Amino acid sequence: MTRFILNGQKVNSSMPEDTPLLWVLRDGQELTGTKFGCGMGLCGACTVHVDGIAVKSCSTPVSAVADKHVTTIEQVGRNRVGAAVQAAWQKLDVVQCGYCQSGQIMAATALLAKTPRPSDADIDAAMAGNLCRCATYVRIRAAIHEAAKNLAGRGTA
Amino acid sequence: MTSRIENVSRRDFLKAGAGLTLGLVLPGAGSALAAAAKESQGEEAAFAPNTFVRIGSDNRVTVIAKHLEMGQGTYTGLATLVAEELDADWAQVVVEGAPADAKRYNNLLFGPSQGTGGSTAIANSYEQLRQAGASARAMLVQAAAARWKVPAGEIRIRAGVVSHAKSGRKASFGELAEAAAKQAVPQEVRLKDPKDFTLIGRHVPRKDSVEKTTGRAQFTQDVKLPGMLVAVVAHPPRFGATVRAVDERAARAVPGVVRVERIPQGVAVLARDYWTAKKGRDALQIDWDDSAAYRGSSAQIFADYRKLAVTPGLVARRDGDTDKALIEGAKALEAEYAFPYLAHAPMEPLNCVMRVDAQGCEVWNGEQFQTGDQYTLAAFFGLKPEQVKLNMLFAGGSFGRRANPAADYVLETAHIVKAIRGEAPVKLVWSREDDMRAGYYRPLYLHRLRAALDAQGKPLAWSQRIVGQSILAGTALEAAMVKDGVDATSVEGAANLPYAIPNLQVELHTTSKDVKVPVLWWRSVGSTHTAFAAEVFLDELATAAGADPVAYRLDLLGAHPRHAGVLKLAADKAGWSKPLAPAQTGRRGRGVAVHESFNTFVAQVVEVTVAADGGFTVDRVVCAVDCGIAVNPDVIRAQMEGGIGFGLAAALSGAITLRDGVVEQSNFHDYPILRIDQMPRVEVHIVRSAAKPTGVGEPGVPPLAPALVNALFAATGKRIRTLPIGEQLKA
Repeated sequence: MTRFILNGQKVNSSMPEDTPLLWVLRDGQELTGTKFGCGMGLCGACTVHVDGIAVKSCSTPVSAVADKHVTTIEQVGRNRVGAAVQAAWQKLDVVQCGYCQSGQIMAATALLAKTPRPSDADIDAAMAGNLCRCATYVRIRAAIHEAAKNLAGRGTA
Repeated sequence: MTSRIENVSRRDFLKAGAGLTLGLVLPGAGSALAAAAKESQGEEAAFAPNTFVRIGSDNRVTVIAKHLEMGQGTYTGLATLVAEELDADWAQVVVEGAPADAKRYNNLLFGPSQGTGGSTAIANSYEQLRQAGASARAMLVQAAAARWKVPAGEIRIRAGVVSHAKSGRKASFGELAEAAAKQAVPQEVRLKDPKDFTLIGRHVPRKDSVEKTTGRAQFTQDVKLPGMLVAVVAHPPRFGATVRAVDERAARAVPGVVRVERIPQGVAVLARDYWTAKKGRDALQIDWDDSAAYRGSSAQIFADYRKLAVTPGLVARRDGDTDKALIEGAKALEAEYAFPYLAHAPMEPLNCVMRVDAQGCEVWNGEQFQTGDQYTLAAFFGLKPEQVKLNMLFAGGSFGRRANPAADYVLETAHIVKAIRGEAPVKLVWSREDDMRAGYYRPLYLHRLRAALDAQGKPLAWSQRIVGQSILAGTALEAAMVKDGVDATSVEGAANLPYAIPNLQVELHTTSKDVKVPVLWWRSVGSTHTAFAAEVFLDELATAAGADPVAYRLDLLGAHPRHAGVLKLAADKAGWSKPLAPAQTGRRGRGVAVHESFNTFVAQVVEVTVAADGGFTVDRVVCAVDCGIAVNPDVIRAQMEGGIGFGLAAALSGAITLRDGVVEQSNFHDYPILRIDQMPRVEVHIVRSAAKPTGVGEPGVPPLAPALVNALFAATGKRIRTLPIGEQLKA
């Protein structure tokens, strides 16, 4: 039994403690926005936030998030930065197949929360663990800059 | 290519005998409309003028998409075609996937078969879906004319508003939908003059962006049905191996494992969730029988192919007398190009959800070969095709992998469902390792090219021999696409070489009898290797002739203005006539390639910087594309960007290798796909054209690798002839 806070709600997982957080989210909590891509922390499709930090949930046992705050794509839009990232993604039509994009958005949101005006090099460094087979990278870069611009324009809330 | 717009709503209305909300009258009756309507319960579907459009009294326009959305933007493209002629407001349009139906939703370029591939979605739908929109529009106009008692010719529609200027009357589609459903479908509709287009050729937002940025988009991986079991399968380590014996005890001992079943593909472990099923699968002790297994190795396959490449093959094209001209030329060149197996590696590993009962079979899948899989499943279960219902979901990439004539992963799911006698719905989930090692790769190929130049450096003779497995041999498509032993997909891009060369011969050795690696089309199919061989060898010819690579090509493209057009545009936009700006450190180079695939013409100029140690960066790619009328320019740009990234990953590091029949790669650490820090700047320029639109999902891929290798040659003088490039410049 593992207790943690999922998208602001206390939850209990009865799945074995070595179960990766990804499968607790998808099969236990029925939140399927977080995706399974590689199972080895290599592709980032499973990226979620644990206490605000981008984490690969496929290689994080659920026991490691006991009593911690886990945020997924389903709720990241409630966060000012997450909402700006989603809006930028939509404005620039970043997505193609879309399967990796939950993870991309979670990683980009974590980046902008820490580095409000990232350079291309910052983006490449922060996003290099999030693979996109459709290679939407040109637009991912542009959308992160767009979100950063909009967040700066609105000032700090 | 003809299409007929049917009055589905009237016919179904009559069959039903009563009722006005037509989309909902026949649930479960087997008609495409009813199946589609069943999907959208809660929506008030008042008007379904044909199989592609439904208009609700809530003013929503639903476009039924017959093609799979796998990232290429087809939901947006198909909806654009309907909305253009319907004069709908883009915001009122939603898209849903069609059920499998070979009669109503067939690909007009495939015959009586529904399927998505060969970059055909827009090409085959361009008139059909515009007619669908135009006939719906005409019926709305008729309904308004009748209601307002005014001449139909005085009624206008703009952005979803039907109006009559003289009387000042206005109505929404929703307000007219019910009345429109009772109108006769016009026998003929006039489609718009392209100059009047308001959506085609303009920017419209993608229809799937919101769902895909909020985690709401439904992929096969996300389907959960009551009582559903998740299946994870142990596959043999070699193609063709079978289970000799299995010790299931440890797997059954994993808490939560429900069933262990032997199937022809291996051993399936079922549980309520993936992780439990995977633990069970990993605990199986299996003794594999390799007596029928293929035990080849990539190195040996290449060695065998090299021997074949010096012997004559089946002729795919013969112009002039190449053997004679090769001897008579002033200068002779020869080169060999080698290509590894490639995995599609979509981000969503393959999966499929299925249930079966006495009434039929239902499937949830990112379906790329809808009716092929439907017929395969019907035969497997002893059902009629219409008893197999396919729910087409988004595919998390495919690149050809989900269109398999052998229906491999779909049949694997069917075997599991059958093994448990349909007692529960089953979701088959492949791990990344399962996906990487399951075969159905882009085949390994070897090309041997020879050429002779005349005294002026012009090519006099060109001989190309291609050696590799056939994608279509042994499939249902063999009869249609393998002529006189030559698989069209093995030689496309080579047999139609556009350059004016008087003596030209293309030959093929098909090795499918000896090499038993499952193979399949991979984004841009034959052009994945033929474009490289042709465009690198042509560059070698230009170098030997001391000519500029662009000028040399243009000189030979007189009969192919669209090739020449994109080549000139890309070269112009890249600043080809001016020297490349030097780098602070490292040598810079620029290369070009032009290629036609699926009737779309693409040229790319690639710029690189090579460091002293042979490491290099791809700095910029300038791409020009001619795909006829640009239906969705932003989707075209996106597909060129993505195609460039996809081609770059393969060129840099893509290789599946076999050793004693075992695939050596397993996940993204040893089969790397492109990372963001490897993605170049990309500029896309679209040729203005009045030609019918052609596809863009694949044609962005082929020119990238040859243009890159040509750029590396320009920078270093070293010609790379084996893909992937890997560390070859460091040697």
